[in-house]
Amino acid sequence: MNHPAPHLSGSTGNFLLDTEAFSAWGLLRLRQQLEEGLPLTPRPYLALAERTGLTEQQVMDAIRHWQQQGLIKRSGLIVKHRTLGYNANAMVVWNVPDDQVSERGKTLAAVPFVTLCYQRPRRLPDWPYNLFCMIHGVSRERVLGQLDKMIADHNLGDTPHSVLFSNKAYLQRGGRYVSNS
Amino acid sequence: MRLDTVDKQLINHYQRNLPVCERPYQEMASNLGISEDEVISRLATLQSHQVLSRVGPVFEHSQAGASLLAAVAAPPEQMDMVAARINKAPGVNHNYAREHTYNLWFVMTAPDEDTLDERLDELEHHLKLPILRLPMVEGYHIDLGFDIDWDALP
Repeated sequence: MNHPAPHLSGSTGNFLLDTEAFSAWGLLRLRQQLEEGLPLTPRPYLALAERTGLTEQQVMDAIRHWQQQGLIKRSGLIVKHRTLGYNANAMVVWNVPDDQVSERGKTLAAVPFVTLCYQRPRRLPDWPYNLFCMIHGVSRERVLGQLDKMIADHNLGDTPHSVLFSNKAYLQRGGRYVSNS
Repeated sequence: MRLDTVDKQLINHYQRNLPVCERPYQEMASNLGISEDEVISRLATLQSHQVLSRVGPVFEHSQAGASLLAAVAAPPEQMDMVAARINKAPGVNHNYAREHTYNLWFVMTAPDEDTLDERLDELEHHLKLPILRLPMVEGYHIDLGFDIDWDALP
């Protein structure tokens, strides 16, 4: 992969250095706990503090710091779209010329119904596609309609692509990097 | 479960920007004009009905360790078996059947790149199927949650 693979101490951030009171172990535990979700009690950050040996203030500071760093992308209600009735999930993959892939990716990422958009390597000859978009929709027909609109709006008619609907989720859960190690 | 207007407001407003303060549910409650108890009990109900998987942060995985999207072309009659074997591998967190020759797609994670490669090599060895390895080169989407199109839902 392109980006460096930081060790866990890297992901807890530099503020370990300037606030000695934070225990590295406590921060690691906090990440594990946060990946499981916040307790639904009036003072969830206090509950996390009690489980991790940090103070409530340290827990909140750590979360704010991780948000600023970009380690936390967002905090909120994590919706299970399938339960709501978003039953169609298509991974649309494109074979875009290398010199256009970044620009294309940024454009397609901004389409409202595109929920993820990534560049990944081709693996020739088996896999010629280098740009991946995810579309979540309420039905296959609607997703195909949305895709047609995307192709028309963004001049993608000549770009080779393939649509991979998912027909079954064997496993779906948040990444648990810490817990697995 | 049928969601009412308040449930929908909770989801519309708080897929991001969950308050970081001593009483976050109190702050959400006062914004929605309901009690803290009601926010907590609604969140608990939404979670127990699988509308929400959890309440809390989404971590940026590319900073947090190593991960990649992987796929295998399983013989169609063996798909369930192969999927079950993939699910047992350490670090697998998503695994979907998709309509393609590459019919099983999963995300494999690890604390670092070396461990990730080892896990994939080991799984490849068990499955006796080549694994297509597709690390992210660049991500373009900023995850803000997405606006639910309530009217389009069944």
